[in-house]
Amino acid sequence: MIMITAVGSLAVMGATLGTLLGVASRYLHVEDDPLEQELLALLPGANCAQCGFVGCGQAAAALAKGEAGVTLCPPGGKAVAEKLAKKLGVSADLSEHEDKGPEYAVIEEDLCIGCTRCIRECTADAIFGAPKQMHSILRDNCHGCAKCFKVCPTEAIKMCKVPVTLGEWHWAKPEDASSLHAH
Amino acid sequence: MKLFTVRGGVHPEYRKERTAESAIVALPLPEALYLPLQQHIGAPALPVVAAGDLVKKGQLLARAGGAVSAPVHAPTSGRIAAISDMTAPHPSGLPQPTIILEPDGKDEWAELPEAIADPLNASPDVIRQRVAESGIVGMGGATFPSAVKLNLGTERKLETLLLNGAECEPYLTCDDRVMREFAAEIIDGARIMAHALGAPHTVIAIEENKPQALEIIRKAAAGLADVVVVSVPAQYPMGSERHLVQAITGQETPARKLTADLGVVVHNVATARAVHHAVRFGKPLLSRVVTVSGGAIAKPQNVEAPLGALVSDLVSFCGGLSVPPRRVVNGGPMMGQPLPSLAVPVVKGTSGILALTAEEANEQPAEPCIRCGTCVTICPCGLVPVEMSAFIRKENLEAAARLGVRDCVSCGSCSYICPAHIPLVHYFNYAKGRLNDLDREARKTDQIRQLVEGHNVRIEKLAQARAAAAAAVAAAAAAAETASTTENRGEA
Amino acid sequence: MTAYNDKSGPFTHAPTSVRLTMATVLMALVPATLFDAWLFGWPAIFMFLITVGSCVLLEAGCLVLSNKPFHPSLGDGSVVLTGWLLAMSLPPWAPWWVGLLGAVFAVVLAKHLFGGLGQNVFNPAMVGRVALLVSFPLQMTSWVKTAPLGSEGAPSFVEALGITFGHASGFDHVSAASALGYVKTELSRGVPVDVSSQHLPDLMDMVLGMHAGSFGETSAVLILAGGLLLLARRIISWHIPVSLMGTLFVLGSLFHAVDPGRYAGGLFHLVSGATFLGAFFIATDYVTSPVSKRGQLVYGFGVGLLTWIIRTFAGYPEGMAFAVLLMNALTPIIDHHIRPRVFGRTYKGEPLPLKGEK
Repeated sequence: MIMITAVGSLAVMGATLGTLLGVASRYLHVEDDPLEQELLALLPGANCAQCGFVGCGQAAAALAKGEAGVTLCPPGGKAVAEKLAKKLGVSADLSEHEDKGPEYAVIEEDLCIGCTRCIRECTADAIFGAPKQMHSILRDNCHGCAKCFKVCPTEAIKMCKVPVTLGEWHWAKPEDASSLHAH
Repeated sequence: MKLFTVRGGVHPEYRKERTAESAIVALPLPEALYLPLQQHIGAPALPVVAAGDLVKKGQLLARAGGAVSAPVHAPTSGRIAAISDMTAPHPSGLPQPTIILEPDGKDEWAELPEAIADPLNASPDVIRQRVAESGIVGMGGATFPSAVKLNLGTERKLETLLLNGAECEPYLTCDDRVMREFAAEIIDGARIMAHALGAPHTVIAIEENKPQALEIIRKAAAGLADVVVVSVPAQYPMGSERHLVQAITGQETPARKLTADLGVVVHNVATARAVHHAVRFGKPLLSRVVTVSGGAIAKPQNVEAPLGALVSDLVSFCGGLSVPPRRVVNGGPMMGQPLPSLAVPVVKGTSGILALTAEEANEQPAEPCIRCGTCVTICPCGLVPVEMSAFIRKENLEAAARLGVRDCVSCGSCSYICPAHIPLVHYFNYAKGRLNDLDREARKTDQIRQLVEGHNVRIEKLAQARAAAAAAVAAAAAAAETASTTENRGEA
Repeated sequence: MTAYNDKSGPFTHAPTSVRLTMATVLMALVPATLFDAWLFGWPAIFMFLITVGSCVLLEAGCLVLSNKPFHPSLGDGSVVLTGWLLAMSLPPWAPWWVGLLGAVFAVVLAKHLFGGLGQNVFNPAMVGRVALLVSFPLQMTSWVKTAPLGSEGAPSFVEALGITFGHASGFDHVSAASALGYVKTELSRGVPVDVSSQHLPDLMDMVLGMHAGSFGETSAVLILAGGLLLLARRIISWHIPVSLMGTLFVLGSLFHAVDPGRYAGGLFHLVSGATFLGAFFIATDYVTSPVSKRGQLVYGFGVGLLTWIIRTFAGYPEGMAFAVLLMNALTPIIDHHIRPRVFGRTYKGEPLPLKGEK
């Protein structure tokens, strides 16, 4: 008799709680937030295609679906990768992530033929010049997407590492102390 | 004067007796002087001389490069050999633009600005202007342009000028000797600065392990109602601005604010002496006293060196290296920066050159943390080094920032006391630098996004304009078509 | 020549090290240990050596298995301390396998499975003791009457080997109850506390330690001396011992005043059992106690409270080990919520308001 009471009461409790959970999952359901839009906002937005996708929008879509890793954006560097990881709620072990380091493009004046192909490619309007006239890159506006580098017919553009300045230099982690120039 | 307790701190072995009793000796002029254009916090100075120019002692070589900047003057007469890049006295070993001056041995003065008569009644603006022109920066090592700091009185009501004679770092005795030998100059400079700040009181704080300096300064300040001399406990880091202010006033400077917001401005005693020279004699900042010490130096002493003398010049003057040092440090052992080599110049912020033996440095390999909690007990900023370093080791910089790593002043007390020899402050320096990197990258990303949006908007507009023009042309062509067909129909 | 600038400062260090700290703690335990070795004779000495030795060997084994170097973990004395404290909480004449199993529970289970030195959540010595107590209640509560070395009736070296390694039914030892055990048993038989405690050695004897109990709970005064040495050398701070003993004493005295027949007095709680050992050596274990001073006060209070509750109401006469383990589980929470106030900020982390601001 006692056993039946025990089994019965537990069964009733289990059924009740289970029903409650089911009801809650139907009526208290939280809509998916617009993840893709938020991811897009975290990306640089230059549509440079270094990640392999045509534009940042496509990259954001792939990230939202989980089809791309958070380290897909080289110009964004570690900062963007960390933010993406946080937004997606994934833990990305970025300690091994090799930051190529920021780069910027420089035009070698001797080789420039003034064809304006690079100007048309530049997503940040960092190159100024006119047809048949010398082209120049505004270093502060260049974020190293390398689209100009790819289209220059005379290979007059080269990508240089942004040097560490005295003001920006900082110590590396003690474990990595052999590489002084941390960036 | 009632003192207040400062939380935490450590009591390292001070080892000051090696140089405390020897009087300041002047360094003989070296063969060349190397003057970096940036010896201060702020924008680098801009050269006003060129290679080949002949200059006189005290002549302006580079003017201030902005609102927060300081000029550079010739420490002696001679010829400008070149203005080129040279290794900075900085752990990175990176180069920086440097003026190279070859002394002609004549040490001839240029024409100096007039002495300011009766500075204690002069306009504060005049005094600030003179301090700015003389290239004076914080001589305790922070090298913040002093004229900018003297400006703080214009925006706030200030109560006290606090002169920092604590010198809490081990080995260093340069401030101690300057206080003992030039007490009158310091006090005069202090009163001038207090006047420029509009602060009615001056307090000179000296650590109790400098009894002679205390006595001499007290005597020099006797009879001056506005100047009080206070002995503070010998506790590292008593010389830290915020902690010294807490010891004297009992108030904690709120995070992200200045001590001036509490009505107190802190300056180093050597800075006060430099102000005295600038105001009373028109002499710009040309030299400084450097403590050369450490187990690897044959004859440690305090040296008054012209700015731009090489560290190797000072070391040779002090008998050279008796043994190969393990570390050569610019400043004190706790917060000093290691130098890349001896071939770097002495600059305005070089308070000490220490050549430390391996025994003195006592570096051991790091062991696992045993959570003893000593670092928490002694942190003068109330942080939790054990937790922050664990997060930083795992690259979780956000968690470290939440725990307050940006509030860390890198005093080094935690690393000093950790029984497992964990390089705690090294982790925090890394974290702070990395967080700054991430901030910079984020700002750059925002900037780029704006540029790209602007670019897209421009392209849109062009496309629209083209489309509108094409539509207009098409409309005109269509209109012409209808007109001609109507005509034709009319004819038929 | 190695570079000067391959690491950041500071370039000086206090003459502290983990090894020095551990050595000081061990030194503080030596007087009490020697006394107890004399008090209980050869079997106790064997038990002690086996326990500590097993801990060291198991530690070496675990380090090899996890590919970690022997230095510093093996040489800095931390595992010797674990074994020492474990041994002090065992019955003095425990057979060899009790010490060995205890070492397995302590070093392998509680320490290395959690990640090794500095990573364990629970106090390894206490985990060892509690696991043994729960698994082998008979062996863990077989207290013997004191049999000082060289006295009449004390086992000789060879007889002791038999006790530790053999079945030793041949030797005629007198079993006795520890003070706490006696009081609890009598209470369950209906004898009130104030009556039963009259049959116990008086307080002075208990302090000096001439009575039955576990290896380390006998000489309270020598343990206290060791604890004071640790305080003087700044190895531990006063927060945990004072809050722990204070709580125990206050609760004991309060309830004893209300109902002396049911509740043991405050002083009795302090000098019986492993109170001093727990307060100065076990609860103050670095790895498993909070890092902030206020957190340590809360922790000590918790251990004292739980010890009193377990001793008074629960089935076991001695509650310190359980209390410590329960509070160990709370240490991360205590550390998370109780942090020092950052200079220039409020407790919430906001910058302090300036005078004139709200």
